[in-house]
Amino acid sequence: MSLKQKLLDLFKRIEKAQTGGGTKAIEKQVAMGKMPARERITTLLDRDSFHEYDLFVEHKCADFDMDKKKLPADGVITGTGSIAGHPIGIFAQDFTVAGGSLGLMHARKITKIMDHSIKMGIPLIGINDSGGARIQEGVNSLAGYGEIFYRNTMASGVIPQISVILGPCAGGAVYSPALTDFVFVVDKISKMFITGPEVIKTVLGEEISMEDLGGARVHTEITGNAHFFAESEQECFQQIKKLVSFIPWNNKKKADPLPPRPPKSNYNVENIIPLDPKKPYDIRDVIKSICDDSDFFEIQKSWAANIVIGFARLNGETIGIVGNQPLVLAGVLDVDSSDKAARFIRYCDAFNIPLVTLVDLPGYLPGIDQEHAGVIRHGAKILYAYSEATVPKITVILRKAYGGGYIAMCSRHLGADFVFAWPSAEIAVMGPEGAANIIFKAEITGADDPDEMRKQKVLEYTEKFANPYIAAANGHVDSIINPSETREFLIHAITVSANKSEVRAFRKHGIPPF
Amino acid sequence: MNNYNTKTLVIDDSVYETGLTKKYLSRKTYKPVDHKRVNAFIPGLIQKVFVKVGDKVKAGDGLLILEAMKMQNIVNAPVAGIIRVVPNEGILVKKNELLVNIE
Repeated sequence: MSLKQKLLDLFKRIEKAQTGGGTKAIEKQVAMGKMPARERITTLLDRDSFHEYDLFVEHKCADFDMDKKKLPADGVITGTGSIAGHPIGIFAQDFTVAGGSLGLMHARKITKIMDHSIKMGIPLIGINDSGGARIQEGVNSLAGYGEIFYRNTMASGVIPQISVILGPCAGGAVYSPALTDFVFVVDKISKMFITGPEVIKTVLGEEISMEDLGGARVHTEITGNAHFFAESEQECFQQIKKLVSFIPWNNKKKADPLPPRPPKSNYNVENIIPLDPKKPYDIRDVIKSICDDSDFFEIQKSWAANIVIGFARLNGETIGIVGNQPLVLAGVLDVDSSDKAARFIRYCDAFNIPLVTLVDLPGYLPGIDQEHAGVIRHGAKILYAYSEATVPKITVILRKAYGGGYIAMCSRHLGADFVFAWPSAEIAVMGPEGAANIIFKAEITGADDPDEMRKQKVLEYTEKFANPYIAAANGHVDSIINPSETREFLIHAITVSANKSEVRAFRKHGIPPF
Repeated sequence: MNNYNTKTLVIDDSVYETGLTKKYLSRKTYKPVDHKRVNAFIPGLIQKVFVKVGDKVKAGDGLLILEAMKMQNIVNAPVAGIIRVVPNEGILVKKNELLVNIE
């Protein structure tokens, strides 16, 4: 055979392998509103940047007549490429090949690209679209899952790991995304659950649709398993590209800066906040009034909305923002919001992203349901995450900061590097009403007009304690600043923190209240 | 965020104007456990009933077998007393359905 003939033979083999499950299966995939796997990769990555590996990998299963079955690329496409010039490792399960089922070689292709990504220090994106374990391969298919989970864990905090759920992802398979940093879902396409509707029906007699059990909305609004929700795959890919622009390649690098841009002028920080601490406003307007181009990239928007987390830029540098949201449940901390914030804080700390915390909360949410749901254990996570973090930590107290909530929101006491407060800040053990009712109980109940006395005592307490000056007098707050200077103070604080180093006692690892 | 109706939330006697989440609004109100009412802890099949109405039982006595998830679960009496309500053998029960009432 001449080289030319060999090349023709190669092209033929490539073409055959690349058709995946064949044109019919691809048509079926498209009819379901889903993109074919290879197209997903090329749409997400920079044009012509994708380089595929292991195209000719074949499974070795001989049971159940599997030796007569050829599964092109063993149902998963792997390779490297780039997003806006950032190098990326990627795999995409191909549902057209045996339902994207995971056999041992399928898994080995995934673990190989994972190992590559860890070694090269580049983010890994996994596109999940699979019916689950390849039953014919039995325990080897389980081995495959285990090997992936192990690497997800080893890569955690070393390289960014992004999971994209573009089809079913059920049973054990869901634990790979769950171990990664960010999970993207698309309406009507993504399905995630441990046991499906059929098993639930046979075992428990309860009926539920796949969508209601583990659809995209369920995971963005109820479970918190997903971080980003999109209406279409195209929108989802745009979100991934945007996320990648905010994060570094690996834990040894900083995120690439962009040219600094001022906030948009329609967000005036002074007009956003009502002075009455009992009135709501949208904390995201404050964030937009501070950050570059008023561009705030919110994470887990629809879950535990009483706390807001996300990425933004200050003077071109990526920052992670955590802010109480007075618009929802008065911005309290509770089980879900503590989980949400704690994980994000640890993400930022792992990837060298400075943390900016905006405080305006009345404390922890009271309630039997919260206590019984373990708000002690969950609430502790946020304390742990802030205390443990060694990235620059800057806190701005906007209005109320009461009790345990004040401590938890990256107070000086948990190691904040800079704590600023607006003149509207109220740093106190609790709100004036509650405090007055306790401290002046005897005076109030003993008065001729208890309601009038209560009002008077609340006012007295408010005037004396509902301000930032007592905290400032004790050095718990570094500066009381004009709200319009917030951006400038933050930029300065981050600039002087550029070489921050904190030495900690040796330990194998801490024991956070998981 | 306009989908949150502005309501109020009271914390430490202060009344905050704020939106309430679906989860908060649908939280379960707490009911103290009534040990005299034995409910199904899982949906399943009443495979066998060991007691009848009027029987005297001690705490820990077996009341019935609730078959669920391929397991035969023996349900014991949490308190001593006289049996007032028992289910029929062979029926399917939902989760939290009353099985036995002890007086």
